[in-house]
Amino acid sequence: MDRYLELSKIGKIFDTDSGTYEALADVSLKINRGEFVSLIGHSGCGKSTVLNIIAGLERATSGGAILEGEEITDPGPERAVVFQSHALMPWLTVFENVELAVNQVFRTRKSRTEKHDWILHNLELVQMAGAANKLPHEISGGMQQRVGIARCLAMQPKVVLMDEPFGALDALTRARLQDTLMNIQAELRNTVVMITHDVDEAVLLSDRIVMMSNGPAAGIARVLDVHLPRPRNRLALAEDADFNHCRHQVLDFLYSGRHLREELVVIRSGSSNTDANSGSGHIAA
Amino acid sequence: MAEATERLLAPGAYFDRVNALGRSALLPALGITTFLLLWQLAASSIETSLGDFPGPRDVWVQTSNLVDEHWSERARAEAFYERQEQRNAERLARDADAPVRWRAYTGKPTFFDQVATSLATVAFGFCLAALVAVPLGILCGLSDPIYRAVNPVIQVFKPVSPLAWLPLVTMVVSATYVAENPLFEKSFLNSAFTVALCCIWPTVINTTVGVAGVDRTLVDVSRVIGLRPLTHIRKVILPAAIPMIFTGLRLSLATGWMVLIAAEMLAQNPGLGKFIWDEFQNGSSDSLGRIMVAVVTIGIVGFLLDQLMLVLQRRFSWDKQAILR
Repeated sequence: MDRYLELSKIGKIFDTDSGTYEALADVSLKINRGEFVSLIGHSGCGKSTVLNIIAGLERATSGGAILEGEEITDPGPERAVVFQSHALMPWLTVFENVELAVNQVFRTRKSRTEKHDWILHNLELVQMAGAANKLPHEISGGMQQRVGIARCLAMQPKVVLMDEPFGALDALTRARLQDTLMNIQAELRNTVVMITHDVDEAVLLSDRIVMMSNGPAAGIARVLDVHLPRPRNRLALAEDADFNHCRHQVLDFLYSGRHLREELVVIRSGSSNTDANSGSGHIAA
Repeated sequence: MAEATERLLAPGAYFDRVNALGRSALLPALGITTFLLLWQLAASSIETSLGDFPGPRDVWVQTSNLVDEHWSERARAEAFYERQEQRNAERLARDADAPVRWRAYTGKPTFFDQVATSLATVAFGFCLAALVAVPLGILCGLSDPIYRAVNPVIQVFKPVSPLAWLPLVTMVVSATYVAENPLFEKSFLNSAFTVALCCIWPTVINTTVGVAGVDRTLVDVSRVIGLRPLTHIRKVILPAAIPMIFTGLRLSLATGWMVLIAAEMLAQNPGLGKFIWDEFQNGSSDSLGRIMVAVVTIGIVGFLLDQLMLVLQRRFSWDKQAILR
C-alpha cells in the first residue's frame, strides 16, 4: 500500500510565560490509505498537538505533515475532525449542523435535493435520522457525538481525525458508539487517526497503535500492529489470546515506566514543570 | 375549625404562600409605597424660593395638568387647520386661480410632544451608533491586529462627556448640513449625533469581548469545514455573541438616553431636556412639580427602553431558556 499520510520529523515548541517548551520532537509516521491508527499516551504527551497539526489547526515548528503529496498548512474539510466535546453549534438543529458542513463542502457539486438526501444518509449511518430536528441540548451526550461523527463523515474527508471521541461518555454508551464506528468503518474504509486514553478501545478499533512517550520532547516510542481479523466482536475478543496479548503490550508500555524518555530535553531551565496543556489554550490532551 | 387554624398557622404552608405572593407583587408594592411616603415626608420639609419641593401629590396634579394642556393644544391646532381649510376653500370658490397658502400650526410643543421628540432623537442616534458599533466590534473581536489598533482610540474617547462633544457637533452640522428642504432639523441632528458618539462605545467593547470569547472548538469546527468569512460570522460568531452584543446595546441605550437629556438642556434642542430647562427658567409655583414629572417620565421611559431591548434580545437569541435580567 502507498503511504497516504506522512508525518515527517514533526517538532513543536510552545512559547509559555516561563520560557519555551518543547512539546514534540522528531515525530515521524507513515499511514496507509484505509488504515485505522490510534495514538495512545499519557495526558500532556502531545497527542492532541499531533492531531491538530494533521488537521492544520496548528503549525509544526519544524517538519510537517504531508497528505497525498501535499503539505498540510491550513485546516480543511478533507481532514475532518471529530472533537471530544462534540462541538455542535447549539443554535442549529442536528440536521442544520450537518447541513452547515455539507453546504460548504458540496457547494455546487450536489443539488439541493442531493444535499438533503446526503445529510439524511449520514445521519442514518449513525442512527440519528430520527432526531434530525432536535437541538443539541435536547439529546444525550452519546447522541451528540454521533451527530459529530455524521458531520465529519458527511464532508467525505480523505482522513478522519478523532480527538478522544468517546472520552466524555459512559462505558455503555462508549461501547455502542465503538460498534457503530466499526460498522461504518467496514463499509467506508476511511483512513482514521484517533486519539484515545482507553487501551481496550485502541486494540478493538485499530490496525496499528502508536504509543507516545511523555513530554517534554514527546515522540513515538513504540508502534504495535494489531492483526486481529475483522469484523471484531468485543465479546469474542475478551477471551482471545491475541487480543489480550496486544492489550498487555499497551498496558505494559503505559504503566511500567517505559513511556518515560530516558533523557528529558529541556530547552530552557524553568520550563520543565510546564505542562503542555497549560502552554496554550488551543491544545488539549 | 381547630384543624383549619392549625393548618393555617403551620409555618411551612404559611410562608410558602406569603413567599409566592411576596415575590410577585407584595414586595415591589411595599417598596414603592414606602418610597412614596418617605418622598412626601421629605418633600414637605424642603422649602425653596418656588415653594415646597414637589411631592408625589404635586407630581400627580401636574401630570393631569400636562395631559389637559396637551389635549387643549391639540384642539387648538385642529381648529386652526379647520379655519385655514375653510378660508382656502372660500378663496378658491371665488377665484379658482387665487393664491392659496398652507401654513403649519406653530403652537408651543406640549410635554408629550417633547417626549416624542426625545424618543425619536434617541432612537435615531442609537441606531446610528449600533450600525457602526456592532460591525466594528465584530472586526475587533475577530482580528487581534485590528483590536490592537482600534483599542487605544476607544479607550481615549470612551470617557468623554457628551457636553464636550456638543459644541463641535453643532458647528460641524451647521457647516456641512445645508439642504434646500432639510429632512431633519439641525437641532435634531445635533442631539442625535451627540447621543451616537457617546453610546457607540459600550456596544463596541461588549461586542468585541463577546466575539473574541466564542468557544474555541466551535471556531475550529468552522475552520475545518472551511466556512467563508460571512457565513462564519452569520452562523457561528453572531449566534454565540448575541448575549454580549445585547448587553452592550442595553448599556448604550441607557447611556444614550441620559446623554440626550443633558444635550437637549444645554443646546436648547427640542425634547425633554428643553422642557426641564424652560420650566426652570419659567420659575412659576408649578415649575418644580412639572420638572419632577419630567424626572419621573425620564426614569420610566428609560426603564421601558431597557425592557424593549430585553424583548428584542429574546426574539433574536437562540437560547430561549436564558434568564435575562
